[in-house]
Amino acid sequence: MDPLSTLWETFFDWDAMREALPEMLTVGLPNTLILAVSAALLGSVLGLLLAVAGISRSRWLRWPARVYTDVFRGLPAAATILLIGVGLAPLGMEVWGPDPYPLGILALSLIAAAYMGEIFRSGIQSVEAAQLEGARALGFSWADSMRLVIIPQGIRRVLPAWVNQLIALIKDSSLVYFLGLVASQRELFRIGQDYAATTGNESALLLAGLFYLALTVPLTHMVNWIDRRLRHGRPVTPVDDEDDTEPALAGTTEGDRR
Amino acid sequence: MTTATTTSVSLDVRDVHLAFGPNRVLRGVDLAVPRGATACVIGPSGSGKSTLLRTINRLIEPDRGDVLLDGRSVLSDDPDALRQRVGMVFQQFNLFPHMSVLRNVTLALRRLRKLDEDEAVAVARAQLELVGLAGKADSRPAQLSGGQQQRVAIARALALRPEVMLFDEATSALDPELVKGVLGVMADLSAGGMTMVVVTHEMGFARQVADTVAFMDRGVVLEAGPPEAIFERAGHPRLRRFLDQVL
Repeated sequence: MDPLSTLWETFFDWDAMREALPEMLTVGLPNTLILAVSAALLGSVLGLLLAVAGISRSRWLRWPARVYTDVFRGLPAAATILLIGVGLAPLGMEVWGPDPYPLGILALSLIAAAYMGEIFRSGIQSVEAAQLEGARALGFSWADSMRLVIIPQGIRRVLPAWVNQLIALIKDSSLVYFLGLVASQRELFRIGQDYAATTGNESALLLAGLFYLALTVPLTHMVNWIDRRLRHGRPVTPVDDEDDTEPALAGTTEGDRR
Repeated sequence: MTTATTTSVSLDVRDVHLAFGPNRVLRGVDLAVPRGATACVIGPSGSGKSTLLRTINRLIEPDRGDVLLDGRSVLSDDPDALRQRVGMVFQQFNLFPHMSVLRNVTLALRRLRKLDEDEAVAVARAQLELVGLAGKADSRPAQLSGGQQQRVAIARALALRPEVMLFDEATSALDPELVKGVLGVMADLSAGGMTMVVVTHEMGFARQVADTVAFMDRGVVLEAGPPEAIFERAGHPRLRRFLDQVL
């Protein structure tokens, strides 16, 4: 065989892919999604708490949030996953037994929280002070004003960055293989790697890569779409420059303009 | 268009002082607004007019002095409860852009007044009708003109049935052709018996609508009186100079 077709066989051995495909679909894909989605949810909740603590007037909230963010953003994801997954294993043993899977989710969540906290904080801080004043003037408490008016606007503004973090999370979920998962817990990368190791052929790993792309590429396009829509608003009615005191007949004005 | 307000009360500001660090923004302001009356506060920028409004509903706490509603001091009240009694309209409207016009108005009714959804929507629609925007209930604020947004902001404040209304340069951010509609709503409100404090640069409005005009400069009310007295027989040289510049 010439070197070129050897190379081709190494990556595009259809039989090897076909062999790995069922397990990718039934085991790898669900596990990757479980890891990424649950870490995204937990990370978002923790991140929001961090963001609110980070802008708090109390330094006893601000400081720990700052330190947390610096640490978990500053460590390599692989190190954090190992430290949490192995370091907390005795604790996990007490609570749910020898399963490292929840610790993997925890580690991913803690990492995501640090990034998402910064994303949310910047969004919340970008909301004009006048919005807070408007809510307070209606009689809302500071907490209600934040919850109903400021935070929803802040999060909306940083949705593209949040989705980017989701993409990073999907990719980072491959790192939990460090923790020694049992066969049914393996995610896409680990399954690809196992097939590649036993066959000496990278095609299964390439297939895993295609699965990742199938998840992440649509998300990147979603980022762009959200971004566009946030910038230009929903393409519905044009700005109404008239200031007639007559109640507008909704149907006619909007219909006639287009 | 009438805006029935049977619950308005008198407002008294007494010797209010406020300093931001070394900057003494309010240096003993007195202002008496009888029940149902409209006071217009005029004066050069930086004279403390907007700050004065914010001490009345305690968005900013005064250092010294007193604010009385219906003869009773409000400085020891819960500020959030006080602000439900005192409506405020801002130069930049401060509508919530992520909510529909209707929800901007119902939010406080639902959450603070604890009305159920149907009641809140009914109150809000009636209020939007009064400011001529019933047809815009489902729009987003950004889809409205500045004048329409300001009228929504007025409806939002009025929906809570305030006893006093504060207007902070409500038309200053508007294109000239949109000013009239907003001033019209305010004049109706004044005629309907709402107690109002209106910080404004619209001298025509002050002359026609105000019961009292107060001229503020450097943190004090230099001169106050009925509009004719202020505009025709200005006493203080600084007031005369200000009127020369704006009229």
